[in-house]
Amino acid sequence: MINGVDVIGMLLGGLAAGMVLFIVSVGLSVTMGLMGFANLAHGSFAMLGGYVIVLSMHRLGLGFVSALLLGFVVVALVSIPVERLLYRRLYRAAELDQVLFTIGLVFALSAAVTLLIGPENQQLVLPQVLQGQLDIGITRYRTYSLLLIVVGTLIAILLWLAFERTLIGAQIRAAVDNRRMAASLGINVDRLFTITFALGSGMAALGGGLGAEFLGLDPQYALKYLVYFLIVVAVGGLGRVSGVFSAALILGLMDFVLKKYLPKGGTLFIYVLTILLLLWRPQGLFGRAAR
Amino acid sequence: MPWVAWNNAGMAVARDTGGSRNMRRTSLYGKVQGRQGMKSRMLLLAVLVLVSGAAMAQEIKVGVILPFSGIGAEFGQQTERGINLYMKLNADRMKPYTFRLIKRDEKDASGASAKVVVQELLTQDKVDILLGWIYSPNAIATAAQVTAGKVPAIITNAGTAHITTLSPNYARVSFSMWHAGYAMGEAAATQLKAKTAVVGYSDFPPGKDSLNAFRTAFEASGGKVIDEIPMGGPAAVPDMTPFFQRAKEKQPDVLFVFVPAGDHATAVTRTYAALGMKEAGIKLIGPGDITQDNKLQAMGNAAVGLTTMHHYNADLDNAENQRFVAAWKQDYGADSVPDFMAVGGYDGMAAVVHVAHAQQGKITVEGAMSALKGWTFDSPRGPISIDPETRDIVMNEYLSEVVMQGGRLVQKSISRIDAVKDPCKVLKIGPCANIPK
Repeated sequence: MINGVDVIGMLLGGLAAGMVLFIVSVGLSVTMGLMGFANLAHGSFAMLGGYVIVLSMHRLGLGFVSALLLGFVVVALVSIPVERLLYRRLYRAAELDQVLFTIGLVFALSAAVTLLIGPENQQLVLPQVLQGQLDIGITRYRTYSLLLIVVGTLIAILLWLAFERTLIGAQIRAAVDNRRMAASLGINVDRLFTITFALGSGMAALGGGLGAEFLGLDPQYALKYLVYFLIVVAVGGLGRVSGVFSAALILGLMDFVLKKYLPKGGTLFIYVLTILLLLWRPQGLFGRAAR
Repeated sequence: MPWVAWNNAGMAVARDTGGSRNMRRTSLYGKVQGRQGMKSRMLLLAVLVLVSGAAMAQEIKVGVILPFSGIGAEFGQQTERGINLYMKLNADRMKPYTFRLIKRDEKDASGASAKVVVQELLTQDKVDILLGWIYSPNAIATAAQVTAGKVPAIITNAGTAHITTLSPNYARVSFSMWHAGYAMGEAAATQLKAKTAVVGYSDFPPGKDSLNAFRTAFEASGGKVIDEIPMGGPAAVPDMTPFFQRAKEKQPDVLFVFVPAGDHATAVTRTYAALGMKEAGIKLIGPGDITQDNKLQAMGNAAVGLTTMHHYNADLDNAENQRFVAAWKQDYGADSVPDFMAVGGYDGMAAVVHVAHAQQGKITVEGAMSALKGWTFDSPRGPISIDPETRDIVMNEYLSEVVMQGGRLVQKSISRIDAVKDPCKVLKIGPCANIPK
């Protein structure tokens, strides 16, 4: 017995889950795709952002929106020296070296957070207006899920515009395609990469805060969800905002629907789905075929 | 000819003129000296051990197995505080023995770490008695070691019903999932007048136990379980939305949920409120894990109306509990609240002390187990005893509802069932039927 209202509820729930995946993963797509760097520590930046956001609300009494902005700014700023001092050395290193370095960073940050703040889950307490339900005419649904859908869509549009329609976006794409040529045309590639990295980390931070209601927030965050972020980026194709957006929505929605109708399958679905999608299109749904 | 030097070191050195050979002999000589020295040192050590052994005969080594890191670290802390509080409040009762707690980390619910630390406690630390286990899979995994190690083991939490049948050396002071699950099944049908129920559970042994217990009693009392939803594992808190949306569409009278206490429980309450299930007329019920005392205030208004069946909550109105809660707040802060895991630790330590007294400080497994059988204690949760047949706890169950009182969430008792034995063993269901003697 499936009726219309249930289907709408299911779509909204799935879309909201997908938006969370998108907001956290898009930064990873940026660093991995545009910069060609296997940054497994991306989730750690999301975790740091989440902690800044939740703790600034608890301890400094900031509002939700200002805490989100603070999280974005703090993590973006922190990521600049990290990129300059650590990541930069490995841009030309083998992928295995990059993987070893970034997974090491994940463990170090996880241990640091456990030591400084503690092993427990941090609760994000949403402002009163975002709790409860909102009437959208055809049905009532969780306010926060609706907000996530709107915010996620806005972020996707903004990022797409930034990469495809601005000078700096064009410079980033040029530098990725041919770094030497871009540099000889007078583009400061080092600075460009720093900006890109900071932006990607800031996005991760936003995702950590916005997604905390669904994904929780604890020192193991980066490891727990690493697989999900990688799946989204792999399925979406590297370096493509539109690809990550579609992949996150498809995976989020399918995961939600299958969990709802076949809960006995547990977390298996998302993996099976990924295998099938990648068998069909190894370069990702929207990625360019390997040359 | 090195053995010349070996046999007659002093002479060889005197006769020798070659530099390098000389050095070698000297070093050999040194070794001989060293060996003699070691012998005498060992003798001294043995004497010391004997002497100190005589002086320390009254020390009881208690191996404590709790999660001190990872997602369960908070559970470990609550239990540890309960243990410490018993020792502080009952210093007189513990004399003349001293209890040395040797704490080891069971980490997570995988069973792997627990096996390693239990082995360590048994073979290296040679503990007299074991105490702890938050997670059921760990108590299941270590049962064979506990049997082979010939030490009594007191479980302070792990609630899967059949655990106590896995080793004759296990005694449980916490609960069986069937205690609350079965009682809630009856109460849901008779007191809450529910006709239909959906059950959501974390997909691991105690979750399935809780589901079976609730369904058995609910359907025996005329209700019907219309859907059973496994909701992920204990290791990570999943997004509860798809599961609860499914439950909402089935429109049951009650939604019975078992998830591990802590962050899972908070997610349950939040999702229940956010999806408007209360307004849809679905009552959220479960064992006390969903209203764990130290998480309750953070749940806010969403928790009002939650109805639970459990053996303990911090608001229980009895003298022993009032003393316990007051002492707790004094030691751990006014905002800190004990919960059922803290009481598990408190009562577990009481059982350890009882065993020590019953055996005059020389703990043997046979003696300890017979001392535990039939043991009674005045716990903060009310009177408890250990069933001599099953080595499992007999205690009261309380049906309570969360209400807002003076800006605080309080668990108000609705009714009480006295001296409940684990129904799984009473009804001899599945593995609960095979109790080793």
